[in-house]
Amino acid sequence: MIFNNAAIMQTLNVNLNAVAPVALMTVLAIVLMVIDFFLKRENKFSLGIVTLIGLVLILPVAATTVDPAPAFGGMVIADAYAAFFNVVFIIAAIFAVVISNDYLRKISSERGEYYYIIIFATIGMMVMASANDLVNLYVGLELMSLSFYILVAMRRSATGAEGALKYFILGAFSSGILLYGITFTYGFAGTTNLTEIARMGVNLSSANHYLLIAIIMLVAGFAFKIAAFPFHLWSPDAYEGAPTPVTALLSVGSKAAAFAFFLRFFGGAFHEFHAHWAGLLWILSAATMLVGATVAIQQKNIVRMLAYSSIAHAGIILIGVVVMNGFASAGVMFYMFVYAFMNMGAFTVVALMARNDGTGKSISDYKGLAGRRPVLAFVMALFLLSLAGIPPTGGFTAKFFILASAIEARYYWLAAIGVISTVISLFFYAKVIFYMYMKEPDALDDMAPVTQAPSTLAYNIIIFITAVSTMVLGLCPTPVMDMAIAAVSHL
Amino acid sequence: MLTLTHYLILSFTLFSIGVAGVLLRRNIIIVLMSLELIFNSVNISLAAFSYFLRSLNGTVFVIFNITVAAAEVAIGLAILVTVYRARRTVNVDEIDELRG
Repeated sequence: MIFNNAAIMQTLNVNLNAVAPVALMTVLAIVLMVIDFFLKRENKFSLGIVTLIGLVLILPVAATTVDPAPAFGGMVIADAYAAFFNVVFIIAAIFAVVISNDYLRKISSERGEYYYIIIFATIGMMVMASANDLVNLYVGLELMSLSFYILVAMRRSATGAEGALKYFILGAFSSGILLYGITFTYGFAGTTNLTEIARMGVNLSSANHYLLIAIIMLVAGFAFKIAAFPFHLWSPDAYEGAPTPVTALLSVGSKAAAFAFFLRFFGGAFHEFHAHWAGLLWILSAATMLVGATVAIQQKNIVRMLAYSSIAHAGIILIGVVVMNGFASAGVMFYMFVYAFMNMGAFTVVALMARNDGTGKSISDYKGLAGRRPVLAFVMALFLLSLAGIPPTGGFTAKFFILASAIEARYYWLAAIGVISTVISLFFYAKVIFYMYMKEPDALDDMAPVTQAPSTLAYNIIIFITAVSTMVLGLCPTPVMDMAIAAVSHL
Repeated sequence: MLTLTHYLILSFTLFSIGVAGVLLRRNIIIVLMSLELIFNSVNISLAAFSYFLRSLNGTVFVIFNITVAAAEVAIGLAILVTVYRARRTVNVDEIDELRG
């Protein structure tokens, strides 16, 4: 050997502990693939149980894997920030898997690959959150996106395929744009490593045309992934076409993963160029908030309404990225944490209300729900009020942190637009609550049981956990917020 | 003598053709081909940067890109088959059940 092995190992810093959560998830996915091979069609539900046990066991590993030193030659960084987001992803995946079991039976699409593709999507998100290199980011992003294309197409109906096709074309298109941005980042910095790009940025004169192309392309590519205006058109169609548990995971997980990298990239590698990208993101954020909230009002389908509501939420979270100081970044992380619970809760109620033939997703189906199922109507109202940002729910605290950071950093107009968007969005959230409590059901057949599921236990557990978490995060946000602030301090 | 600029212009031209194809063409097969064009234009500029910067990262990235693009097109064609079975068409304009 010409090379000194020990020296190479030191520069590479091969640290298997840093990738332990991702490695364990991969093992879980492979185990599921093998078990799936031996299972008969009617026993596929047991895969869901194995997935659930695996995810619950991996959750503490992901939460405790904290190692701020970049590993594998600077490709991977498993800091507290990555651990925080990994926990969000795994929690979202657990919720999605639990409600999937019964939902797949409803749409009679019990297939084994569903579960391990969910795991692969989660692995992609985790790779994105802990990526410290653009190559790593891109592979993680594609692993997540490719898995989601398949998951959205899982319901083999015409609408499912159509949603998947639109999602695929626009998703691949946005990946191409993002990739072009990455190319120019590489072109002006000479490296794909985020730490080295940040070091480069300090020395570089600001006028660099590669840099401007890179910023525009990267922002456009990421705006697609978080469904920001004007790149949001895929999201309502994909949300409506996909099985509801997948929609829930898509709205929480893929958004959190994109924001995780957004913060690490613009807060770390491109922090020196704040003046260049902040203006672009300012416009994007303001437009996304207003368009998302306004278009949501006219929606008749609850999934599409929640899709536009999640677009409005993306706009508000973007405020935190524009401000980009410690408090704002922690606010973004806290927002994603709360969002995981309240949005998952709302989608769980939607999945529960959906009937075997695929109907039951219209807002008018919620008429008079309070009379038939008072508890369900109450928790749905809780989730919607939390999404609208009404105290004392978690949604209020999350919005408060973001808007407070914007006011503190003198982004008064952006904060004002955020408040206006919140007021507009109250309108369509309140409409569903109004339907549930004030209106009579349309016809007698609506009085039939909402779901013919053999067991609503799984739904009830998830609804209970998400509802309690939403309230607890609203009443005492300090522990999670402290964790987020500690995590961004090392960023 | 070919300089970096030549390669970047070539890459940008292919990228623009790809973007135009995705946005303007109505046949999904052509849209998929245009997507491939976008990925390959990126590969050209990455390889060019890699060569002129004397850094290997870009070349490694190109290999990852080719792999991911292959997986991407496989999934794209699979989704296309599903759509075709449900609708008997590959025209974007006729696939418009989801609206709003």
